[in-house]
Amino acid sequence: MWGQVFEITSMNIRNLPTRLGSSSVIVVGIAGVVGVLVAILAMAAGFQSTLARGGSPDRAIVLRGGSDSELSSGITPRERAIVASMEGVMQASDELYTVADVPKRSSGTDANLIVRGVTQNAFVVRDEIDIVDGRNFQPGKGELIAGRGAHVEFAGIDVGATVKLRQTDWTIVGIFEADGSAYESELWVDLPVAQSAFRRGGGASSMRVRVDSPERIDELARRIEEDPRLDLTLRSEEAYFANQSGGLTATIEAFGYAVAVIMAVGAVFAALNTMYSAVVTRTVEIATLRALGFGGLPVVVSVMIESMALALLGGVLGAAVAYLGFNGFTVSTLNQVAFSQVAFDFAVTPELMRSGLTWALVLGCVGGLFPALRAARLPITAALRGE
Amino acid sequence: MSAFGLLWANLHRRPVRTYLTLLSVLVAFLLFTLLRTIAVWFEGAGYDAASNRLVVTAKYSIIDLLPIRHADAIRAVDGVEAVTHQTWFGGNYQDPRNFFPKYPVEPRAWFDMNPEFVIDPEHVEAFESIRTGAVVPVSLMERYGWKIGDIIPIEADIYPMRDGNRLWQFDLVGSYTMDSDMEPSLFLFHYDYFDKARSHSTGTVGWFTVRIADPEQAAEVASAIDGLFENSLNPVKTATEDEFGRAFAAQLGNVGLMATGILGAVFFTILLLTANTMAQALRERVPELAVLKTLGFSDAWVAMLVLGESVLLCVLGGLLGIGLTVLLAPAIDAVIASTGFGAFVLYWPAVGAGVGVAVLLGLLVGWPPARLANRLTIADALRRS
Repeated sequence: MWGQVFEITSMNIRNLPTRLGSSSVIVVGIAGVVGVLVAILAMAAGFQSTLARGGSPDRAIVLRGGSDSELSSGITPRERAIVASMEGVMQASDELYTVADVPKRSSGTDANLIVRGVTQNAFVVRDEIDIVDGRNFQPGKGELIAGRGAHVEFAGIDVGATVKLRQTDWTIVGIFEADGSAYESELWVDLPVAQSAFRRGGGASSMRVRVDSPERIDELARRIEEDPRLDLTLRSEEAYFANQSGGLTATIEAFGYAVAVIMAVGAVFAALNTMYSAVVTRTVEIATLRALGFGGLPVVVSVMIESMALALLGGVLGAAVAYLGFNGFTVSTLNQVAFSQVAFDFAVTPELMRSGLTWALVLGCVGGLFPALRAARLPITAALRGE
Repeated sequence: MSAFGLLWANLHRRPVRTYLTLLSVLVAFLLFTLLRTIAVWFEGAGYDAASNRLVVTAKYSIIDLLPIRHADAIRAVDGVEAVTHQTWFGGNYQDPRNFFPKYPVEPRAWFDMNPEFVIDPEHVEAFESIRTGAVVPVSLMERYGWKIGDIIPIEADIYPMRDGNRLWQFDLVGSYTMDSDMEPSLFLFHYDYFDKARSHSTGTVGWFTVRIADPEQAAEVASAIDGLFENSLNPVKTATEDEFGRAFAAQLGNVGLMATGILGAVFFTILLLTANTMAQALRERVPELAVLKTLGFSDAWVAMLVLGESVLLCVLGGLLGIGLTVLLAPAIDAVIASTGFGAFVLYWPAVGAGVGVAVLLGLLVGWPPARLANRLTIADALRRS
């Protein structure tokens, strides 16, 4: 039987060039579905991984009780001192978090950019920070360093330039990278300078702490919860960022699948159309084969193989277009939880490409099945007469 | 047989092919209407922004608070009819996933400013007289099974109470309805109660809404308001409601561009598919066209016949697809509303544009075969058969 399948399939494939126009419909239709699906899911994946990368297992974030984000949080100096001296806390970084309106490069309209006031401890707690251009800011001066994402997405955020943030001018002295995390969408300034420039007194929004072991985090969270002097919550950085990415990632993914399913329906119609015509134009050939003693099943399988091969070709094409066109493409959007812009790159991962190819094969299979059954059911004598 | 009858009969020559092509065109237009509606929603153009209202926010960032005494100064500006305010409270009802904005407001002034929020005068009365009162849209009451008289607990994140307690309790005293489904579901409560009970930022509000007498004067009034506070500690930025909505939507990124990109991919595919079908249909029918020409039909008439067939197929598929979206819209709206994310209301201009695009697609697809049909010489065509 496999010999027969091979014979018929190779015959079909040899005469593919004569049906180039109609076969390309399957390829292009499925390339469209796979391309769009992979591109949209790559956006969700990119957003998620950008936020996830900010988290380290031995770091935790301290916020005011009930707060989900640094924006709605505030911690007193006394509370900060208590937390910093707790057992298991290796380093603690006090941080002031605010947002300022800065125009985006793409649209020219103002968007929320995070401005983070930090001390040198921030660089100790986050050892992934790497100044890639210029230098670090000097304490006590109106200087700032910008993350790579902020530099790419916002107008005028370049080394040597001056930017006005809430009435005060700041000089941009460096660009930093942070392992591709959401910190790269921020501007970092000296904490005391920020406190006076933004009229915050001695206030801070949050604390980042590095602990001696990841297991310590749950215990610290409990001790802070139970301490009557503190109205704070401590959670691991990973949990904090997962909470921020969850909603948007799920929305983008749902949207991507919805669009892909609708497109897939269209592509299946196109594939059915093409394969039906392919079967019709080959009626006499198929009937001849059947008359020669080829079975019905090999005919079915061969039509399916042809349809799936074309679909796979389309899938590869679509995934390739998505990869070449979108992988690493930087965009930014509003992180609703943190109420600020986060820049991220589309991530066309191997898993996404694999799932795109699976879609292609399934669509090719569905598109080939009915025409294949019809081919197998052709009444031989009638078909040979060309009816 | 009329020309249309002939078109119709031609379409039914290979019914399977015609229906499959029709269905793929249908799918393309279903997507067209859905994506255009979503894009418009994100661009903020779908909002029913009143042209006689201005939004006054802190100049440097919308997160900054403004002193409530700004209201008196704004009220004195020429052309200003009324001023009220609201503040972002944050906070969660039971779980952060139960999302709806919560604003402390001045009860009577707020509903007076926003007539698209329709409320029974008795409910305004109750809202005004009960300090811990709150009003919500009817849809929100249904979603959470609230009744008038219920106590609604909200856990604060930004604003703990003066005594350190984070759990605010509000008495549900009334409900309102909204003109348009696009309006957000706001949980409204008393600013006076909020301001006295909160632990910090007393005497501040989030942003002001200003009603002006003449929408033509919006730019002048806006710059007059900005000028008032230019050298104060709390400068402001004034924009029309429409500008404000667009600027906020722009923060989400270019959703419109993304939708256009997807539509481009969809239509390129459909164009190729339908063009291929039409080319096939023409090839099979060359002898018939030659016969028509022999009978005395002009070249142009035969070309129009071919073009008409493609336009008919695309318009029919387009109308079915758009019609299906119109039928599906309430169901999609129900799904989206249940997530609390917003609403899905069909954007009618997109529906109109869809019909135009369908005609265009038909012309584009039919053009090459029609040209071929036009040039066909009788002798050549008959020889080929």
